[in-house]
Amino acid sequence: MIATAPDALDQYLDLYRNHRDTIDAACAAEPLNNMRHAAFAALESIPMRLPGKGDEGYAVTDLNGMFTPDYGININRLPASADVAEAFRCDVPRLSTALAITVNDTPRLTDTTARALPEGVWFGSLRRFAQDHPTRLEQFYGAIAPMKRPEVALNTLLAQDGILLWVGKGVKVDKPLQIVNLLSASTPVMAVRRLLVVMEEDSAATLLCCDHTMDCTNSYLASAVAEISLARGARLNMFDLEESSPLTSRCAGVFVDQHQDSELHLGSATLWCGTTRNDYEVSLNGPGATARLSGLAIGSASSLADVNTRVAHMSAHCTSRQLYKFALPEVSRGSFRGLVYVAPGAKGTDAEQNCRNLLADPGARMHTEPQLEIYCDDVKASHGAATGQLSAEALFYMRQRGIPEAEARNMLMQAFMADVVDTFTMDGLQDRLRHLVEKRLSGAGPEACANCSASCIPTPSA
Amino acid sequence: MNLLEVCDLHAGIDGKEILKGINLTIRPGEIHAIMGPNGSGKSTLSSVLAGNPAFTVTGGSARLDGKELLGQDPETRAHEGLFLSFQYPVEIPGVSMVNFMRAAVNAKRKYLGLDPMNASDFLKLMREKRKIVDLDNKLASRSVNEGFSGGEKKRNEIFQMAMLEPKLAILDETDSGLDIDALRIVAEGVNRLHTPQNAAIVITHYQRLLDYIKPDFVHVLYKGRIIHSGGPELALELEERGYDWLKAQPDNTRPEDACI
Repeated sequence: MIATAPDALDQYLDLYRNHRDTIDAACAAEPLNNMRHAAFAALESIPMRLPGKGDEGYAVTDLNGMFTPDYGININRLPASADVAEAFRCDVPRLSTALAITVNDTPRLTDTTARALPEGVWFGSLRRFAQDHPTRLEQFYGAIAPMKRPEVALNTLLAQDGILLWVGKGVKVDKPLQIVNLLSASTPVMAVRRLLVVMEEDSAATLLCCDHTMDCTNSYLASAVAEISLARGARLNMFDLEESSPLTSRCAGVFVDQHQDSELHLGSATLWCGTTRNDYEVSLNGPGATARLSGLAIGSASSLADVNTRVAHMSAHCTSRQLYKFALPEVSRGSFRGLVYVAPGAKGTDAEQNCRNLLADPGARMHTEPQLEIYCDDVKASHGAATGQLSAEALFYMRQRGIPEAEARNMLMQAFMADVVDTFTMDGLQDRLRHLVEKRLSGAGPEACANCSASCIPTPSA
Repeated sequence: MNLLEVCDLHAGIDGKEILKGINLTIRPGEIHAIMGPNGSGKSTLSSVLAGNPAFTVTGGSARLDGKELLGQDPETRAHEGLFLSFQYPVEIPGVSMVNFMRAAVNAKRKYLGLDPMNASDFLKLMREKRKIVDLDNKLASRSVNEGFSGGEKKRNEIFQMAMLEPKLAILDETDSGLDIDALRIVAEGVNRLHTPQNAAIVITHYQRLLDYIKPDFVHVLYKGRIIHSGGPELALELEERGYDWLKAQPDNTRPEDACI
């Protein structure tokens, strides 16, 4: 087959070839550099290319196109403006978190962050930890996200830092941890982000990740890879919110390795985006593990939200639940591709997958691809996907009572999203998310920034 | 002044004409029953007056309190005082009755240039109006019509009517699916809401409902036209004789109903 588009990977490989020493020196963390070399070898030896639109698993997203523009990459580790991080205030009421802020690709942590945490918890720079504890990190870094995926290999090639959350055996972290990823620059920038979460046996934590774009007149690409390891009996609630901008592209992958009786809840909300591709891959590798995945996406203008899940039942008696909902107005597009894989021997599997979507305007488009692959008898597995429009009967009923059409539409869309919002079981967050969804659906114009400053990022003077 | 004046109203759906020249005049304080065989256009008339976008008006006029309804959106007609009690009330999962009702009441207040009602006044009003149809508090806290029985749905319609205090209420087959106790409660609710200033159109198949809601006039709708009008005794006659005898007769509609 002849590639019709230029291969976006080439420019990054060239960049690396020309600056490999600078990058390795700037990072100065052996486990990260070692994995970087492995990524380079993988990208060079196997002829990999980033998938284009129409390739297997990429029915609507052109990943190659997403990485094609000439974005600036911070290879010299120049510190981002401290003002940006300092100006940020998360104004979710009743939400008290241990906060880490990443400006573009650079983590900034305050002393108060560390003080807020119990002993046995490390929450901070991945690079710093890699320098101090290389052998501990090597067990996990790059071990969960598959390098055969070109976007993962590319992220690994370029990542020089990131955030690490490590929770020791039996430690329950009461205070929620929060990572705020800010995009802010005066020229187009690619932010290479990395997250590693290691939960030792019987540990528990809640992690909230928020993506915000600060300057919406500029274009950005966020390449994010998160690796999560849940040891026996570990519990993690992770919530991932995106409120970016029409000029922001996001290619994010979350890869989870779950052991016996571990519990994961992974909730995602795409409230504002440009082009977003989210991959959630969960491998249930020990008996009795549970994974709950849920998510909502609200489109705007010509935005694209593309969610891919792969839940692999590799062991017996594991449970998985998936619930995803998209509300798509105007000419926005959405895609959900979800696979439930049940390996031979994974008896007693209980898996459910559900995707429901609403097309609010005639120009909106939704692509769904629910899949089951089952190689075992004695399993319970179901999936369902449905895409429709707002009920004309319900709309007329509401209007007959005097509720204006726009308000009636919003009320119906909010009602549609209610059960997904209910899955965001975190104090303060659920009410806030309900409010954000309400605000988002109340038809505020396409000026993402104006809207998000009002809702989530107040201006410094506010 | 007449409350409702419908003149030579023509309307249809998907290019098929269903209403073929309806004339109807209603004065304040009156209750009109509209009866007729299946498919004669009774529900279409109520949908068209309420502004259901599924139907197309091809001619005529309909004025409520002197204001033309046709061409107005459904919410404006509601604000002007038109209420339709649906034959099949719609279930709206995820929208609570309280939020639904508050949105409706405040939208009307906004239209009338009034401030939104505060929360405690609103809940007090809900409590007060619930009593009119004996609607359970539990139902009021649930999603709109979701999981309501047939009788509860119809009671909920009359509750909403009580909340919105319309000038003209159209009750579309409010008796369908009701047992005799529910029918009595619903009818009593309607009667309690009836004043010398407002009016109601009661659409029904059966005379039974008219034992409870006494009409001043009874009209027979057939093939998209009102072919016969009379007093309450007409309903009894229809119950006894059916509709066939009317189909052969020239229409006797009141001269004052005809368009000028």
